Amino acid sequence: MKTRLLLTFLLLATPAFAVLPNEQLADPRLEARARAISAELRCVVCQNQTIDDSDAELAHDLRVLLRQRLKAGDTDQQAIAFIVNRYGDYVLLRPPFEPETLLLWLGPLLVLLAGGTGLVFYLRRRRDGAVPALTADEQARLDRLLKEDAA
Amino acid sequence: MAAEIGQLALVLAFLLAIVQSLVPLWGAARLEPALMGLGRAAALLQLLFVATAFASLAAGFMAKDYSIALVAEHSNAAQPTIYRFAATWGSHEGSMLLWVLILALQGAAVALFGGRLRETLQARVLAVQGIIGAAFLGFSLFTSNPFLRLFPAPPDGTELNPLLQDPGLVFHPPMLYLGYVGFSSAFSFAMAGLIEGQVDAGWARWIRPFVLASWICLTTGITMGSIWAYYTLGWGGWWFWDPVENASLMPWLMGTALLHSSIALERRGALVSWTILLAILTFSLSLVGTFLVRSGVLTSVHAFAVDPRRGIYILGIIALATGSALALFAWRAPAMKSGALFQPLSREGGIAVNNLFLLAATATVFLGTFYPVFVEIAGGHSISVGRPYYELTFVPVVVPLLLLVSFGPMLNWKRNDSREILARMRWPIILAVLALILGILAFGLHQILAACGLALGLFLILGAIAIPLGRWKVSSSLNNVSRGADLMRFLRAMPLAVWGMTFAHAGLGVTAIGITAVTAWQSSKVLDMKVGQTVDLAGAQYTLNSIGQATGPNYQAVQARFTVTSHSGSRVLVSERRLFPASQTTTTQAGIGTGLLGNVYISIGEQSADGGLVVRLWDHPLVDWIWAGGFLMALGGAASLSDRRFRVGAARPVLRTAIVKAPA
Amino acid sequence: MKRLLFLLPVALFVALIGAFTLSLRHDPSHITSVLIDKPLPEFALPAVRNSQGLTSADFRGEPMLLNVFASWCVSCREEHGLLLDLKQKGVVIQGLDWKDEAADGARYLAENGDPYIKAGNDVSGRAGIDLGVAGVPETFVVDGKGRVRYKFIGPIDTEDWEHTLKPMLQRLRSGA
Repeated sequence: MKTRLLLTFLLLATPAFAVLPNEQLADPRLEARARAISAELRCVVCQNQTIDDSDAELAHDLRVLLRQRLKAGDTDQQAIAFIVNRYGDYVLLRPPFEPETLLLWLGPLLVLLAGGTGLVFYLRRRRDGAVPALTADEQARLDRLLKEDAA
Repeated sequence: MAAEIGQLALVLAFLLAIVQSLVPLWGAARLEPALMGLGRAAALLQLLFVATAFASLAAGFMAKDYSIALVAEHSNAAQPTIYRFAATWGSHEGSMLLWVLILALQGAAVALFGGRLRETLQARVLAVQGIIGAAFLGFSLFTSNPFLRLFPAPPDGTELNPLLQDPGLVFHPPMLYLGYVGFSSAFSFAMAGLIEGQVDAGWARWIRPFVLASWICLTTGITMGSIWAYYTLGWGGWWFWDPVENASLMPWLMGTALLHSSIALERRGALVSWTILLAILTFSLSLVGTFLVRSGVLTSVHAFAVDPRRGIYILGIIALATGSALALFAWRAPAMKSGALFQPLSREGGIAVNNLFLLAATATVFLGTFYPVFVEIAGGHSISVGRPYYELTFVPVVVPLLLLVSFGPMLNWKRNDSREILARMRWPIILAVLALILGILAFGLHQILAACGLALGLFLILGAIAIPLGRWKVSSSLNNVSRGADLMRFLRAMPLAVWGMTFAHAGLGVTAIGITAVTAWQSSKVLDMKVGQTVDLAGAQYTLNSIGQATGPNYQAVQARFTVTSHSGSRVLVSERRLFPASQTTTTQAGIGTGLLGNVYISIGEQSADGGLVVRLWDHPLVDWIWAGGFLMALGGAASLSDRRFRVGAARPVLRTAIVKAPA
Repeated sequence: MKRLLFLLPVALFVALIGAFTLSLRHDPSHITSVLIDKPLPEFALPAVRNSQGLTSADFRGEPMLLNVFASWCVSCREEHGLLLDLKQKGVVIQGLDWKDEAADGARYLAENGDPYIKAGNDVSGRAGIDLGVAGVPETFVVDGKGRVRYKFIGPIDTEDWEHTLKPMLQRLRSGA
């Protein structure tokens, strides 16, 4: 039973024929906006697709709805808010930046900083100081080698 | 009959795995060679039995034995032979069998090729490998038995999902599994080393071929997966940040870090504890990936049938394996002798920085993948994380790393002069900056990111080429021979490991260029086309020539033929929409025209009543470079692996191994 | 200090395992509804079968269920028997026939029994979108003031009714 459910989902995810010619708006700028917004909205009945990519009926309905809102004069933000007010933040592929998602957005930077700090401390604590100096002879050889290398 | 043999073999393998877990561990503690030898025998026998079980299942598929439930659920009479074979691992149960097969393979490799290993270490590695094997064999036997029978046996089976009836299924999963299950040996070495209380340059030499081989397979597997998604899913995407894709990317990132860190450990005895931790984390990420795919915790196109019960079992394995490894690490690692010292500006330092960025990148992918789950259980509302998140976080972490990659091989061990390094990198830097300026001039300031991406890729390639060139300059100046004659001889004499480094880093640059180009400049059109109509896209003309029918072994198709004309000539591309009557599924085969400078991609949809056809056209500049780079990286790894100087068993004096044993 | 640092990975790991264990009980396809504690969105739907249709104003006076169904929905049939039972026991259930022709919905109810007091037809699916419907069946618990208090996704079985929905309706009836 569950396998069948999964297969059904896979079918929905199949070679999508996503945005259809008859859905597209006549105004190229509005259509471009619609496409851009669609690419940022998750298809809630699919496995990891945008409403722009998905074949599902609900995705089709939302694409049409989105275009209607844009034609009615909504800004991008208003059109997105219309859908978010009904389906929640889940529909946003870019998670909102809010206290709940602070760790999500700042996490990578925090890891870099924490790791970087750790590395700096590690290196500082264990700096190699006791290195015997080169003899005059060795220094001369080294200089010669470096000069040839730079040549 | 085959199923019974397979079932028996699986049970025997499970029992053997238990033996392999306990006996050598006991033998190493007691220093009894006989018991340790038993561990080796057990590992080899386990491979034999698991292979037998696997072969039995495959035989069942090939023989169309529909009394085996798996065979009935994933194949039918009309299914092409090769996909009947590949269906062996096309299900959860079957793929788990592939999992344990590769686990057994790793154990057998340690048993067979580990003759020069310290006997106690080898025994302990086999023991840990045995524990993991036992856990997964148990999982297979008790929750996901591949040999369950169907009674009465149906006359025909359900065909394999048509999306999976593709060469991709034959290569991608086995390659992927060889990769991330392969990291189990590094994990076992890490645990064994911690148990022994001794981890040194010799230990690093031993894990290197295992890590490298796994890394090569994982790189290839991920690349293949991307190609498969590109031509099969019908809209030309090549990476979706899907949880299961991320599940393969995370071990790859950590595995890359492990690869580099183990070099530092092997050559200079540096970064001891860190390398051990990486070895534990890399395989742990593989385990977490397995959990993700099979437990239903996250939705994904790739996920197998959801079953939380299986999820609990796998979670239990992860808790035990990773938990005990990390606990052992916390207990034993601090008492181990610290690694060798080095200056910040040194190859070891470079590797440490490389690891830092790879760790941050892995953490980013991990956060993005699991955050929705964390928020949900914390009682919050449902959120989701998609491509936009990763573009804003993963890319900024990886770009600085890519900038630094080329400097790594230029650094000497222990300490360097910064001016000297910059001097060595003079030409790559100059040329890359020139390319950046040219790019901005050509594409405009608003596309500066794209220009940066291309320049970065070029910098990586030039930096890679600078490696052999730099070595050649030194060698020819030392030998005072004319450059021309010397070059050929030099190239042939250059160590394979250096070739490996060159190809791998260059491959990274090629991939970077491909990703930049396709992200910045891909274009598409979707429209209703009639026969004879021509459409323009990105400087090429697409003409729909004909719409017809086609038949395959288990499908019927609507076939559309197109002529695509561009400045480089004209070619015919075919796109099909296939109906598989057995499962009532439709798939789209895109018509793809490949080229050095990019692909054209045609995907057809449904026909309209008036004879029109919905057609989607894409232009994908330099998209093949993404995968060419991936394969180049794998090639580099293979070159490195085949370098006899570093191959396990080569006669090479082991460096100072005076490490204090941790108190018992 | 060094020891503490080495303990960090295992500590983080324990927390992670805890999180994963909790996550196993959660179905990722069930997204939490944004409508909780908000008034039911306004809608006015034509009838599925004879007599009246369904409007948002019908959800006043007492707590009731809004059940989203369709004639083509297989899982809906699983809960249909229970819904008929509940109607017998006096539970008020309103129906929303989602993305379905009214005639098909009517036939479905005629053939299988009608558990609804009123049933509205949403052939375009627009009312469903306003409710955040992602599939069928889904059931909303609406209180006497017309506010959405809970959304149940999937077919309801006896356990779900006894342990979740029934207590909720009782609480709404007596208290808030």
